[in-house]
Amino acid sequence: MTADLTTLDAAELGRRLAAGEAGSVELTRAYLDRIAEQDETLGAYLHVDAEAALARAAEVDAARTAGEELGPLAGLPVALKDVFVTEGVPTTSGSRILEGWRPPYDATVAARLKAAGTVLLGKTNMDEFAMGSSTENSAYRPARNPWDPDRIPGGSSGGSSAAVAGGLAPWALGTDTGGSIRQPAAVTGLVGHKPTYGSVSRYGLIAFSSSLDQAGPMARTVRDAALLHEAIGGHDPRDSTSIDAPVPLLVGAAEEGARGELAGLRVGVVRELGGDGHTDGYDAGVLDRVRETVALLEGMGADVREVSCPAFDLALPAYYLIAPSEASSNLARFEGMRFGLRVGDDGSRSLEEVMSLTREQGFGPEVKRRIVLGTYALSAGYYDAYYGQAQRVRTLITRDFTAAFADVDVLVSPTSPTVAWPIGARVDDPLAMYAADLCTLPASLAGLPAISVPCGLAEGLPVGFQVMAPALADDRCYRVAAAVEAALDAARGTRFLDQLTERTPA
Amino acid sequence: MSTPSPQGTAGLGRDDVAHLARLARLALTDEELDSFAGQLSAVLDAVAEVGKADVADVPPMTHAVPLTNVTRPDVVTPSLPRDVVLSQAPAAEDDRFRVPQILGEEE
Repeated sequence: MTADLTTLDAAELGRRLAAGEAGSVELTRAYLDRIAEQDETLGAYLHVDAEAALARAAEVDAARTAGEELGPLAGLPVALKDVFVTEGVPTTSGSRILEGWRPPYDATVAARLKAAGTVLLGKTNMDEFAMGSSTENSAYRPARNPWDPDRIPGGSSGGSSAAVAGGLAPWALGTDTGGSIRQPAAVTGLVGHKPTYGSVSRYGLIAFSSSLDQAGPMARTVRDAALLHEAIGGHDPRDSTSIDAPVPLLVGAAEEGARGELAGLRVGVVRELGGDGHTDGYDAGVLDRVRETVALLEGMGADVREVSCPAFDLALPAYYLIAPSEASSNLARFEGMRFGLRVGDDGSRSLEEVMSLTREQGFGPEVKRRIVLGTYALSAGYYDAYYGQAQRVRTLITRDFTAAFADVDVLVSPTSPTVAWPIGARVDDPLAMYAADLCTLPASLAGLPAISVPCGLAEGLPVGFQVMAPALADDRCYRVAAAVEAALDAARGTRFLDQLTERTPA
Repeated sequence: MSTPSPQGTAGLGRDDVAHLARLARLALTDEELDSFAGQLSAVLDAVAEVGKADVADVPPMTHAVPLTNVTRPDVVTPSLPRDVVLSQAPAAEDDRFRVPQILGEEE
């Protein structure tokens, strides 16, 4: 029974809760049991409070029994990436510098999920301060891929991807700065969506690169992702970059897409992301699956054409200037004075020495590398050549998108150039690690919505298909992803993640 | 940085990394200085590609979605409770954060 519940999607679990066929306590216990069984291997969570989760679930069950009007998410467990601050619940952002810190307030998205009646299972593992593509940069332990525990689950939201793919949570929130929702979703066989920048609140999200960071859903199905996105989206006066516009109807878009009617939809295949002359570093299996998926869309009536976006070739260098620059500034707040770790305060050392020692011991290597790089790129005399130039390149990338969207409704590409790689393979080579973000960076830099949906296996490992749309047209991502999902599920006869359940001994 | 690095690459030498780390209030171990100089030089070579773009008349993009003059109603709202915030501080004294000495003895 336990195994059964944890292989269902959240929409079905919600239906059972509403119909009284299952209780939140029963459901929460099923996930906690699964965590107790599997998490030692998977390393998906940094913090789990079983007692608090069960108490919360009991409250929701009691409210339901009392006949209170409850929303569609009430009683459903959820996991949050440890980058979201949660009142009274330990929050580390994957770093030793925040070990043991209990935030005094909730992130807006955490508060919205709480108000919707969800049950917080725990905080998921991540690359330290969301810097990485493998979750090996977690200061605590690496997370592992449920499809093959010797491989990475992607990053930086790798704890969330491992938890959802492994049945340790029905769904989870991640954050995406350069691909940190989409790439882990792709390599673990999940749906992951990065919303339009500004459409989901960043209040209470521990900042990495403020002009890029965006929270979003990671789920087993497109419909689940849409449901979770609708629950967290919308204007927040506490985030000054928040867009004051209604959240588009995403569940409706997913349902419409699942009917497979794509007649008239114009799809652009981005040449620079795995097309002719741009296949270096891409797995052949990934390109095959993506090509087949494009053909599938054509079969459903979509009008497919190739589109060239030459500035995308510069997305990687621009991103690895902008993100470290903003990080070096954002991470200045971790100095051991107001919260978190403090090292060497023995009465003899000055403030500056204590700050430097605290940061030396509190930060891991990738965080330090990015602080040094960002400090360099923002230095007087170098600013124009590096950060300023990168921000101009960002404009070029946005112009390529604008030109492309004059002719097509969505752009598609692989989500990640490769399938999940073996743990350890890229740890000493930052550039190899950065290459994992190649396909996700353009939409990040332009602030556009983009989704990853599973499109098959290569070498027995999941491959993700990315759909990008114009700003605030997140519904198009869900519509096209749902069409892909439904068509592939129908052809396969099972849902994508059922393939993993079938091969894993329960 | 303005002088050629000891490694003779276009990138960052060990001393450059040490200098930048000092600016960022970041102590680094000898091993970190050794490995970062090489790794960051490689990264810097890669990111320097942005220099190839012809952007003479292109404005920098500072934000993904243009928003100007975001304001909120000028209404007083409660701050976080002081005791809750100070309970998470590394050191507190007399309802304040306690910090190490800011000025040296000679000052």
